[in-house]
Amino acid sequence: MNDILKIVNLEKSYYTKDGEIKAIKDITLDVKKGEIVTIVGTSGCGKSSLLGILANIDKQTSGTYVFYKDDVTIGYMLQNDALFPWLTIYENAILGLKIAKKDSKENKDYVLRLLKNYNLEDFINKYPNELSGGMKQRVALIRTLALKPDILLLDEPFSALDYQSRLAVSKDVFDIIKKENITTILVSHDIAEAVSLSNRVVVLAKRPCFIKNIYDINLPYDDPIVNRKSQEFSILYDKIWKDLDEYVS
Amino acid sequence: MNMSAKQKEFLQKEKRNKIFVHLMQVLIVVIFLISWEVLANKKVLNPFIFSSPSRIVLTIKKLFLEGSLINHILTTLYEIVLAFFIGIASGFLIAILLYEVKTLAKILDPFLTMLNSLPKVALGPIIIIWFGANTKAIIVMALLINLIVSIVNIYNGFLGTDDIKIKLLQSFGASKWQILRYLVIPGSKRTIVTSLKLNISMTLIGVIMGEFLVSKKGIGYLIIYGTQVFNLNVVMAGIVILIILSFLLYEFVSLLEKKLLKDC
Repeated sequence: MNDILKIVNLEKSYYTKDGEIKAIKDITLDVKKGEIVTIVGTSGCGKSSLLGILANIDKQTSGTYVFYKDDVTIGYMLQNDALFPWLTIYENAILGLKIAKKDSKENKDYVLRLLKNYNLEDFINKYPNELSGGMKQRVALIRTLALKPDILLLDEPFSALDYQSRLAVSKDVFDIIKKENITTILVSHDIAEAVSLSNRVVVLAKRPCFIKNIYDINLPYDDPIVNRKSQEFSILYDKIWKDLDEYVS
Repeated sequence: MNMSAKQKEFLQKEKRNKIFVHLMQVLIVVIFLISWEVLANKKVLNPFIFSSPSRIVLTIKKLFLEGSLINHILTTLYEIVLAFFIGIASGFLIAILLYEVKTLAKILDPFLTMLNSLPKVALGPIIIIWFGANTKAIIVMALLINLIVSIVNIYNGFLGTDDIKIKLLQSFGASKWQILRYLVIPGSKRTIVTSLKLNISMTLIGVIMGEFLVSKKGIGYLIIYGTQVFNLNVVMAGIVILIILSFLLYEFVSLLEKKLLKDC
């Protein structure tokens, strides 16, 4: 597999009246095409800062990151669905295309196809408040996929859901990502989610965050929920738990 | 839909309670008017100073038949509508400017607070000197009162925009203008529409205050004229017309609010 992203010695500091806060320290990481990499760490460890930099919303203080091509398209999904309540489901789904001025008929048809494929066809003229949490999350993902991203950045996209919905929606999203074969970096503080969904898990230390460990994940099944019952899952879960345990006060 | 007996009883109780509240409101007005009329007729209240409901009605009728009443109402209404729309439009544009240029908002913050807390009537004499004793001065007086309130309200609405949604649009490569157009303005629709209600009340205060100071026409002028010639029937007639006018304007803006917020 080829590298789609190379991060080298990335650092990020914030400057406040009380002094400098180092959020990220010396992160070096390669991400391969088609891979799902999950970054885990305790709350406030700098995971979201890292994703913000990769999404070009924030700037690093030092270090570099390079995508495999210049005009790489990034899909960014945030902590909640962030659907606009005054827009219909279809209007929400094509919002990114509109902003990026890529709302051609072909791309709009692609969105309609995605909505149909993921069982949202009957809801295109409805408003977000008429949908369940899981459905809204699917719409948010389709809005991101509409731009045909080369890499997906998911910043704790399931954190606003209750536990059962979270399991179901994360499986849905996992299936969609696998089907569309999109390289994905997922940020999560949920170890079980990280182990069950990913090819690799990167464990970050608490502020300033640096890479403490990287685990290759090879679970026996294709289904992330079924994988949670495997022995391999338990072993990895325990190892990562121990890695993070020292940062929990 | 099947409704349980308890639910029916609850709804009936709610309805009865609503009717009772409305009845009591009407009763208070009726008792007040009758007492006023009787006390004025029995000379317990001096009708020369306190007037009475029947005298007010007769004065309104007289002013109407003379043709001057409609002229006064239309003048005040014209000034209100003009100041209202200028206030809302300018308030909206200035709020956008402050939202986009955060440093400007920080610089202007103490001045806005000062202007907001200043009793604007104190500026009346200066406004007359600068703009003359005409409609322009009345509009400026109304703007002094409604503009700051509109700016502060709409600007605060803009500041309440969800950061996550801003980040999302930024990740799509949205420009500042696109963030405003697709998120900040539609997301603040409720605040903007609600500020219309506040603005209409402020405009009314400003226009009447302006008419007190400089006008030769309008309801404010009618009230001041009545005071100067010590005709309390005219003063009270002016106040009653003003109450009706402000009620109608408030209801109009409330209707507009309901219509505009139908989808929210």
